[in-house]
Amino acid sequence: MQRFTTVVIGAGHAGLAMSRVLTEYSIDHIVLERGEVANAWRHGRWDSLRLLTPNWLSRLPGYGYRGSDPDGFMDLPGIVDFIAGYAAHTDAPVLTHTTVNRVRRIDDGYRITTDRGGMECRTLVLATGVANRAQLPELHRAVPEPVASLTTFDYRNPDQLTPGGVLVVGAAATGVQLADEIHRSGRPVTLCVGEHVRLPRTYRGRDVLWWMEHSGVWNQRFDEIPDLERARRLPSPQLVGTPGHVTLDLNTLSDAGIEIVGRLAAVRDGRALFSGGLANQIALADLKMERLLDTFDAWARVSGIDAEVGPVERFAPTRVPTAPRLSMDLRSGQIRTILWATGYRPDYRWLEVPVLTRKGELRHEGGIVTESPGLYALGLPVLRRRKSTFINGAEADARELAQHLCGHVASSLRSAHAEH
Amino acid sequence: MAQVVNNGVNVDALLAAREALKDAPAAGEFTWRASCKWLNGTHARSWVQGFRGLGAEQSHKSEFAFETDHPEVFAAQDNGATPVELVLVGLASCLTAGVAAVAQNRGIQLRSVEARLEGNMNIAGILGVDEDIRNGYDNIKVSFQIDADASKEDIEALVAQSQKRSAVFDIITNPTNVTVEVV
Repeated sequence: MQRFTTVVIGAGHAGLAMSRVLTEYSIDHIVLERGEVANAWRHGRWDSLRLLTPNWLSRLPGYGYRGSDPDGFMDLPGIVDFIAGYAAHTDAPVLTHTTVNRVRRIDDGYRITTDRGGMECRTLVLATGVANRAQLPELHRAVPEPVASLTTFDYRNPDQLTPGGVLVVGAAATGVQLADEIHRSGRPVTLCVGEHVRLPRTYRGRDVLWWMEHSGVWNQRFDEIPDLERARRLPSPQLVGTPGHVTLDLNTLSDAGIEIVGRLAAVRDGRALFSGGLANQIALADLKMERLLDTFDAWARVSGIDAEVGPVERFAPTRVPTAPRLSMDLRSGQIRTILWATGYRPDYRWLEVPVLTRKGELRHEGGIVTESPGLYALGLPVLRRRKSTFINGAEADARELAQHLCGHVASSLRSAHAEH
Repeated sequence: MAQVVNNGVNVDALLAAREALKDAPAAGEFTWRASCKWLNGTHARSWVQGFRGLGAEQSHKSEFAFETDHPEVFAAQDNGATPVELVLVGLASCLTAGVAAVAQNRGIQLRSVEARLEGNMNIAGILGVDEDIRNGYDNIKVSFQIDADASKEDIEALVAQSQKRSAVFDIITNPTNVTVEVV
């Protein structure tokens, strides 16, 4: 049985960042990957996808974007190249095409069973990401037969859809982007909007994520956030990375002719029923955006960069439809496809260590699974900082967790010696 | 903080309950009850007292009764509020309680909170005149007037958060399965 000090599961940007930092600490380790490096970006993503972060923010430990378009947004092949380039640059010890079937606790660590044999390790880092499976609301089962159901894992481009109306459920980044793309293909689109996060693409002449990064909002730590659970459940912001740096909010979408309705609350007798609470969801998102812009402005004043950036801007309130539709007959032929942009969830079915909540999420303190020493996670929402799931969020988290991991290895070695 | 905010809401107890429910989710299952007796015409009287929650039978300190009837323009005796008005009462009181609780949690001292509600309804629906007109409200408008130690934006956020956490707002804006049986 092969033994490593550390096994990292997942060779995406987070797992590779951790590998690089472990190498710096001279920790012997291996990275297990079920497919190729950057596997999630090679499968289950739509064709037009681009990163939400501008290229200059594509930074990993000892590596960064070196192209000629720092303000642009990487497309799918660009992301795969970037991450594969990082694996080559760091010479990461990745074992590709190796699927983990089970992980169990043993006395001094973990035993991992893969489809290519087993191994043991003292410490284990889960870098399998959040987007393993589509999170479908239970009500999807009630959708009547003639309407096709599609998750964002199955969606590639509008050509695969039957001509006719499309109901897009969910107005996070994915939902607004796909609603826009499908609408442009000539299909009438209705967008169900529940809780959402509104952001302008650019603010005072800079990318909004420039503000998030420099003002310190993105660096806010998990132990400084009053309602951490809520922060971890926030939908991704309504952003799109395009060469034109356009803002894609509900005003843009309704100007384009997309019908905005409330959250999909039920499907009953073949009818989709939408929440009548849309106005408040919109009010909440507008208020939150205003508060965030106030935070940016306050930071700009105290840090003395007011003159370097553009003048203070305020955006038009989101127009609330006067009488948004409350129901829609799904059998009438008006809607041919429902696209579920209702989020993702992680898949830990192979993890036979009792550290999951009843909803199947990992219990951890900033990525440290305190209930099972030596177990760590990386790349989960607001893991240690608000930016934890973004590429540029991996480094700080990986460094802090690697430090903790080294401490654990050292202390377990000491106690092992004491016993002998 | 120089002044202690007091809106009469025990936020610490609410936050403690929230933490406790994470460990014992079953305790969060509540059953609310009401009973109703027909008196005459459209006049009825309803009562509430007992309910179930925190894994046990619970009770209000006393029984509360509500008279409902229809007004004289409906050729009724007008012995009480119409049931649809009671729905507005439920919404108003739920949102108002929410405003107080959220304000307490956010450290905002309230001086006065007043709400006015209007629900628009075409009675051609309940009279069966036109099948395309629904029985219930077409829309409901709530206007809050709030005097508090807070900016306009903070007060707007207070009211928005109250809606977000309101049971009655949810009941009215989202469908609920209702089964009615004869025993």
